Amino acid sequence: MTTRIVELRRGILKKNDELAAGLRASYAEAGVLVLNLVSSPGTGKTAFLERTLRELRARGSRVAALVGDLETDNDARRLAASGAPVRQINTHGICHLDAEMIGKHIDGWEGVTLGGLDYLFIENVGNLVCPSSYDLGEKIRVALLSVTEGEDKPLKYPTLFNSADAAVITKMDIAEPCGFDRETALRNINEIRPGIRIFETSAKTGAGMEEWLAYLAEARG
Amino acid sequence: MHELSIISSVVETVIESLAAYPGARVLEVRLRVGALASVVTESLEFCYGIASEGTPLEGSRLVVNVLPVVMHCETCRADVELEGVQSFRCPRCGEPCSEMKQGRELDIDSIEIEDEKETA
Repeated sequence: MTTRIVELRRGILKKNDELAAGLRASYAEAGVLVLNLVSSPGTGKTAFLERTLRELRARGSRVAALVGDLETDNDARRLAASGAPVRQINTHGICHLDAEMIGKHIDGWEGVTLGGLDYLFIENVGNLVCPSSYDLGEKIRVALLSVTEGEDKPLKYPTLFNSADAAVITKMDIAEPCGFDRETALRNINEIRPGIRIFETSAKTGAGMEEWLAYLAEARG
Repeated sequence: MHELSIISSVVETVIESLAAYPGARVLEVRLRVGALASVVTESLEFCYGIASEGTPLEGSRLVVNVLPVVMHCETCRADVELEGVQSFRCPRCGEPCSEMKQGRELDIDSIEIEDEKETA
């Protein structure tokens, strides 16, 4: 009997990373800007995305969205009211979207091709932990935080906020009655991800949307 | 929450690599996990017991080496280790750092196996 050490040095999520790299290349080739929206359940991702889709469409942009939830197509129906093509991904218990699910739902998406889009938004499953490990090939990962959640959320979930490219604060219209401490929230986001772009928005009033849309246009180049 | 799917992928990868060592028994599997990889060591260990059952990995040890976050500090022009994950400032000069050098790893480092072949 012999015991020996075998070096493997392999990424555990290598399969996902490889699929994500393939997706990233296909997005770049098609010239579509892909964003991955991540937050807790109830932050207002769907309301924020619905407004974003509507405003982009009004400006003549070609947009579509994939939306992940454990069950139901409620969010897809809400988002479809914007007039944009929307496809629901039901994960049936899985707490995050992965690159394989994205690839499968882009393939065979009736009436939608990547080349025919300017922007593709992916609304992840509401969860501040697991989605941060799974690359979907996106160019921009957006972490959202609502004024009702507590200013210390970025400190409690540093992995997600640290891996984000942009941060969006939602529901600013109710900041005051919620006793939202804006300075502390901004400071905490900056502690975890120094220099990140932060957008203070309200899907209801439209506050902050101009700045957000300008950022999208710039990111698309 | 996604530790079971991560561990299932570890078990799958190790079984694949055992093809080169027929009849070998796995004694230990060593992982390298960054402090910002968003997985919990205890949960990985718990899931390992379940996922390895009935495979050549059953009964083996899982060793999880947690790697601290290392950032590059522009001001100090050095790679610096953070003490925690609550602030991404250089512990030497206090300036914010944005370039991560280590901290998100989620790798299988090595395995220790026992086989019947004699060493040369």
